Amino acid sequence: MNGRQAANGAIWIALLTMPWWMNALGGYTELGTQVVVLALTAMALNFLLGFTGVLSFGHAAYFGLGAYGVGLTIRYLVPSTPLGILVGVAVGTVAAAVIGALIIRLRGVYFAMVTIAFAQVFYFIAFRWNKVTGGDDGLISWTRQPLDLGFARIDILHNAIAFYYLVLVLFALAAAIMALLLRSPFGRTLLAIRENERRARFLGIPVELHMWLSFVISCLFASLGGTLYALLNNFVDPRALHWNMSGNFVIMAVLGGMRSFWGPLIGAAIFVVLQDYVSSMTENWQSFLGLFFVLVVLFFPRGVLGVLRRRAVS
Amino acid sequence: MTTDNLSGKRLSRRAVLKTAAAASALQLAGPFIIKARGEGVVKLGLDNPLTGTYAAFGKNEMIGCQLALEQINAKGGILGRKAELLVEDSTSGDAGTAVQKARKLIDRDKVNFLLGNVNSALAQAMGQVANEKGVLMVDPGGHTDPITGTDCHWNVFRVCNTTQMEANAVAGVLIKDYGKKWYYITPDYAFGHTLQAGMEKAAAKLGGTKVGGDLTPLGTTDFSSYLIKAQAANPDVLIVLTAGQDAVNCLKQAVQFGLNKKFHIAGAQQELEVLEGLPPEARIGTWVFEWYWKQPHVPHVAQFVSEIKKKTGKVPTARTWFGYAAAWTCALGAERAKSLDAVKIAKALQGFKLPPEVALMPDGAFYRAAQNQLIPDLYVGNAKEKGEANEPEDLFDVTRIVKGPQVAGTLEETGCKMTWPT
Amino acid sequence: MTQLIAFNVFNGLIVGAFYALMALGLSLILNLSGVINFAHGGFLALGGYLAYTLIPHIGFWGALVVAPFLTAALGLIVERFLIRRLYGRDPLYSLLLTFGLAYIFEDGTRTIWGASSVPYQIPASLNSPLSSQFFFLTGYRLFMVALVAVAVVGLFLILNRTRLGMRIRAGTSDLETVSVLGVNVRILRTLNFGLGIYLAGLAGVLAAGMLGLEPTIGTALIMPSFVAIIVGGLGSLPGTLLGGLLIGVASGVTTVFFPSASEAVMYIMMGLVLLIRPRGLLGEEGRIQ
Repeated sequence: MNGRQAANGAIWIALLTMPWWMNALGGYTELGTQVVVLALTAMALNFLLGFTGVLSFGHAAYFGLGAYGVGLTIRYLVPSTPLGILVGVAVGTVAAAVIGALIIRLRGVYFAMVTIAFAQVFYFIAFRWNKVTGGDDGLISWTRQPLDLGFARIDILHNAIAFYYLVLVLFALAAAIMALLLRSPFGRTLLAIRENERRARFLGIPVELHMWLSFVISCLFASLGGTLYALLNNFVDPRALHWNMSGNFVIMAVLGGMRSFWGPLIGAAIFVVLQDYVSSMTENWQSFLGLFFVLVVLFFPRGVLGVLRRRAVS
Repeated sequence: MTTDNLSGKRLSRRAVLKTAAAASALQLAGPFIIKARGEGVVKLGLDNPLTGTYAAFGKNEMIGCQLALEQINAKGGILGRKAELLVEDSTSGDAGTAVQKARKLIDRDKVNFLLGNVNSALAQAMGQVANEKGVLMVDPGGHTDPITGTDCHWNVFRVCNTTQMEANAVAGVLIKDYGKKWYYITPDYAFGHTLQAGMEKAAAKLGGTKVGGDLTPLGTTDFSSYLIKAQAANPDVLIVLTAGQDAVNCLKQAVQFGLNKKFHIAGAQQELEVLEGLPPEARIGTWVFEWYWKQPHVPHVAQFVSEIKKKTGKVPTARTWFGYAAAWTCALGAERAKSLDAVKIAKALQGFKLPPEVALMPDGAFYRAAQNQLIPDLYVGNAKEKGEANEPEDLFDVTRIVKGPQVAGTLEETGCKMTWPT
Repeated sequence: MTQLIAFNVFNGLIVGAFYALMALGLSLILNLSGVINFAHGGFLALGGYLAYTLIPHIGFWGALVVAPFLTAALGLIVERFLIRRLYGRDPLYSLLLTFGLAYIFEDGTRTIWGASSVPYQIPASLNSPLSSQFFFLTGYRLFMVALVAVAVVGLFLILNRTRLGMRIRAGTSDLETVSVLGVNVRILRTLNFGLGIYLAGLAGVLAAGMLGLEPTIGTALIMPSFVAIIVGGLGSLPGTLLGGLLIGVASGVTTVFFPSASEAVMYIMMGLVLLIRPRGLLGEEGRIQ
């Protein structure tokens, strides 16, 4: 237990001090922000994937809905960052609730396939509905707005570090809620379903309802990640909804370790930094990314934390 | 399970990973190595697609930039300092990546100039970043009008034409030679919309009419239903405004349907990369090229062509020239301003006329003041099935050279209201 | 107007037949091996490019025969050395693997053949309309439909009349029993994978005649195949065929009235099917549990 607390402490210290060490290591603040944003989304996905045992390959849909939600709100409705985030999360969550209800009876690889197909629906809407979304050109002419706290105004647009801490606060909030949920009886039930769905059903657990709830919660936080991603870039385009994005989230979770709470964070950090580095080095970075997927699957399926933990046990 | 067995397994796994890592290291040393990022050099950051749909365009622009850099350094660099090109793959459509790479170039690599992007949307997104950070940016080949129109910025310059300029350049020829009834096949996004509006505006002035049209979703693979509708409308000219891969699909299918034998097919912007990708029988129509390699009477062009051929084995395209002119713009602007300060350079480039060895056009090219848009010559002509045996890459027959100022419209029409930092 | 609709229904059938060809390959692999092959679009592009390279040497007809086999051969290698290692594990891993392969394919074809589309030539005899009245009936489109029909009939003959086919079908419904009965399931899966990839390669050779051949050609075509499988019914090959034709016609007809929705209509159909009949039109009940 002590080791675990130490690990938790180390992770939080690293996150809190990021702006100080990131630049020294040859990175830049926004790279750190991107890691945290994508880590939040990968952790949200892992709530479903690692802790409920349901394979969604379409989380980009909710990520992207969050992104468009915040962008459209600030562009057309109210120039307010917090309100934009709320709308984005609400849109993503409602969509997840409806779609989840449609598909929750499917299992395994079929479930994955249908989630991909539904993600494409939103991709096409964003891609084709020019008048509102800007289509392939993306949604431009909006930026994140200063935060008005009543007693002070924080300029998160020009101050990259301030924006990083805003993201970190929301990340911490989301992580805390997910951790609490997983420790609750509800979370234990999800684990039971993951381990043996049939037995859980015999025990009288409403399996579909639990899976649906897990799906919706997971998508809620994924859309939160999406809103932050849009705010980070001051831009949204249909790529945020593309299946490549979904695949990236899954590989982050697997790479870090699906069975561990912090796994996706580690995975996201490795993935983002590696991609950032390799794509500056060679135009053939896609091959490296692909090779990376293959190698992780073949040789590293438990992920970084999975391997570390097994070492610790043996 | 014995420990021996386990460690043996682990070993072999390591061996595999090591080989893979070694292979990657080898590869990494390959295509474009970024030279030591030393101090004292002037840096140009190119954030342009190298993968995805626009990869071919992006690469040609990169080659143009590279040649320009070699020439700049051979002539003593920028303000006596060595110039260096940093290249990042923006991808063809992912704004998140493009923006992130722009920030990386500006914040970490401290580039003096930002260049890009083929994709207009990404160019606009990059422009926003560059403006926020006060860095001078040159957009080599993103065409959408607002970049030097309603969304213009003091620090963003553009080499390629606006869509309105291209439409104005071709409309007259089409009406005069092929007829007044036009049917449009237009890609359904900002680029297509502005292009069609431009064509309609230009046609209306000359008495042309629109007999119909369809907005085709970007990425359409099957154009047959649109072509069926177009055939039913029986126009004089079928205006195909689709670009890139959509243009290839549309033209290929139009020719398979034999529509080119029923009416004339034409459009505005066309590129050598696209014509090369078409089977010979589909290389048809009247178009605008923004630069063409075969200009026997214009000085310096032959030399430029041969130097690019030496690098790539192929003739330069308009894209190569965009990249070339963009990189030279940075160097010449700095020399003129005698400074690397973005505001001073931007001021120095107002109304700046490119020297003939960079412009490579009969009438030269200049940046229009208070808009930052390059006003060059435009090349109107017809695509041809194949070139002469000794010039297989000559796929375009220039029939008319249109002077930029005649088609650029007034400054008020562009909608650009520039505000300078105080 | 009715004429226009008739044109588009017919044209939709042509496009649908093409989707079906791709979807059948995907479906074969999915049913027997439980693998969603994201790299299917990559194999399709490869088929097209191989044909492009072969045409100057052995002509279009030669390439039409050879290129799909070469593609299938690569498919066999991929299955043997990569995918086989993942059978019996969480489907997540095979998904990620083929996802990674798709990246490698796209980058590989670009590195070898270049980023812009290449001039792919089909025989002049196929490259013109049959009559100027029905100009949309080009020789090539009819040829495509005929070839798809031949491929589909051939596939169903293989599945119903040959020993291999019967084993594939048996394995699809109950792999354990088949394996207990002494069938070498490994080889069965490898051959089945090869068969699926053969269809992808064939689709690539055909698609390149109508569309521009460039590295991302497969990406745009793979999603309709997914939808065809879901609509037609998971686990059912006739369902996949039906699904492909249906979405082709639906998007063809929609183009007449509302072009921007021509793609959306496929997904609307998918949503409706899932709502009313989650296992798909001809899907087997047991499959979705």
